Amino acid sequence: MTTKNVSVNTANLSTKQLMKEKKSTASFKNVFEKIVPTILFLFAAVSVLTTIAILYTLITEAVHFFQRVSLTEFFTSTNLKPLSQNPSFGLLPLLSGTLLSTMIAMVVAGPIGLMAAIYLSEYASDRVRKLLKPMLELLAGIPTIVYGFFAFTFVTPLLRSIWPEIELTNILSPGLVMGIMIIPMVASLSEDAMTSVPNTMREGAYGLGATKLETAIKVVIPAAISGIVASFVLAISRAIGETMIVTIASGSTKNFSFDVTESMQTMTAYIVEVSSGDAAAGTTVYYSIYAVALTLFTMTFLMNLLAKKIARRFREEY
Amino acid sequence: MQYIDRLQVRKRINFRLRLNSILKYVFLGATLSGLVVLAILLIRTVSQGFAWIDWNFITGHLSMDPEKAGIMGAILGTFWLMLVVIFFTLILGMGAAIYLELYAKKGRVHSLIQTNIANLAGVPSIVYGILGLTVFVRLMDFGSTVLAGGLTLSLLILPIVIVSSQEALRAVPQTLGEASYGLGASKWQTIRNIDLPTALPSILTGSILALSRAIGETAPLVVLGIPALLIPFPGGFMDRFTALPMQIYYWTLDAALVEEYANLAAASIIILLLMLFILNSIAIYIRNKFQHRF
Repeated sequence: MTTKNVSVNTANLSTKQLMKEKKSTASFKNVFEKIVPTILFLFAAVSVLTTIAILYTLITEAVHFFQRVSLTEFFTSTNLKPLSQNPSFGLLPLLSGTLLSTMIAMVVAGPIGLMAAIYLSEYASDRVRKLLKPMLELLAGIPTIVYGFFAFTFVTPLLRSIWPEIELTNILSPGLVMGIMIIPMVASLSEDAMTSVPNTMREGAYGLGATKLETAIKVVIPAAISGIVASFVLAISRAIGETMIVTIASGSTKNFSFDVTESMQTMTAYIVEVSSGDAAAGTTVYYSIYAVALTLFTMTFLMNLLAKKIARRFREEY
Repeated sequence: MQYIDRLQVRKRINFRLRLNSILKYVFLGATLSGLVVLAILLIRTVSQGFAWIDWNFITGHLSMDPEKAGIMGAILGTFWLMLVVIFFTLILGMGAAIYLELYAKKGRVHSLIQTNIANLAGVPSIVYGILGLTVFVRLMDFGSTVLAGGLTLSLLILPIVIVSSQEALRAVPQTLGEASYGLGASKWQTIRNIDLPTALPSILTGSILALSRAIGETAPLVVLGIPALLIPFPGGFMDRFTALPMQIYYWTLDAALVEEYANLAAASIIILLLMLFILNSIAIYIRNKFQHRF
């Protein structure tokens, strides 16, 4: 019955009108269908815009800095006295702090992460792995400020009770804690690389009488080496950019030194100190954080690129 | 003549086997060492801060006096931040993921955006802080407000949200979309009615995990000049605010002056970790309850 009514109703309208109506809704629909991808493209373009904005702000403001401070002074001077009467802006003290804390972190995270990866991929049963891996990844989910608090209020006093020469703020303690934080990164990326080594290669080794250990070290690790190295490089990049742990636990002494017991400032901690201080916009001190940040950005960017290259170039396809 | 010295062979084999079984436990120990540190960290923080958590601490205003200090302002600030971050990252992240997965032709532009997102994920958070300081705080003149902080954190986690949303959309089987096209649906209708609802649980899981990364971030907020002062509770997007990590940061620094501040920092850490725990639980719940498997 209803269909009849409808057909009667439509019959009252002229066919022309109907077609017109249909056309107009269709064209609206068409326009809508065409607009949506454009809008979504703009959303996706935000990420490109972010990169451009980062590069633009860092470079233009760093240019202001380098108009006042020469490149040679910035990269070769071992003096960093931004607030003194006769200020000097040498990057090397910050670089030594960053490199030292990164090295300490990698001394911890490298071996432990790799050993954990070997255990998880070669020794652990499925059940144990499924239990341990998420627990290990909890370490990466703890906010860095919490690690900073831990380094400052627990690890440093602990180190001082063993080794009294260590200063109240020092580079050793945040380095160690940073290492702990990075373990899951090294472990899970290396483990991924090792599990992707095909079982036939392991079986070949077992068939020749190799133990699990020998298989892991002489067969699996060489086969997965590109992934493992890439995970190390990514971890280094992460450690270079890490901020809060070193800001809290390593103090703000700007010495060019490699003594782990001393207080030392990293590039990231310098940015925090200056930007949370009273440096007015337009002063050389203010612009210096852009120069430091540009250096930091370049370093981490190159590291990430390197990691990707290594992972791609040396990957053996099985 | 004997070519093989049996005793020597046995010795050698025993040594290799023993080395294998010893190192197995060394490797296990290495795996557990991180967890041991995590346990120490948690136990110590809880034992130091738990006694300081009471109703007044959670609902009270900030105060110089450690006995009276409360962190309601910081908790509210963190909630306001979350609102801004959720809004921007969900819209931008989902939109970008839909574009990259379902609309974009796999060509130069696509791979440019994709590489760019991968690179952004590796940029240190403090650099985002500097970007936020320059663009949002100074150039757009938002000041150290909720909006400036939220936008900065949004940009920080956007790459993570995009990548996880892309993975979620990729996991939707093509057959579903084809059925929809077969019924005469347009592309956008198919995306809106098929792809998005199917992928939504995974998208939300990924976004909530990214959100929990954002609210623990401190470095960008420090650079933006977020204070931990006696300021009124934030009530809008253009209000000045403080957030939990900032509060922890300042109390840890000031512990050199007033010892009890360290305990307050520990107590705030417990609250922050609790919030992260709740967020992660929600994410896991959504994943287990709603995620489709094909």
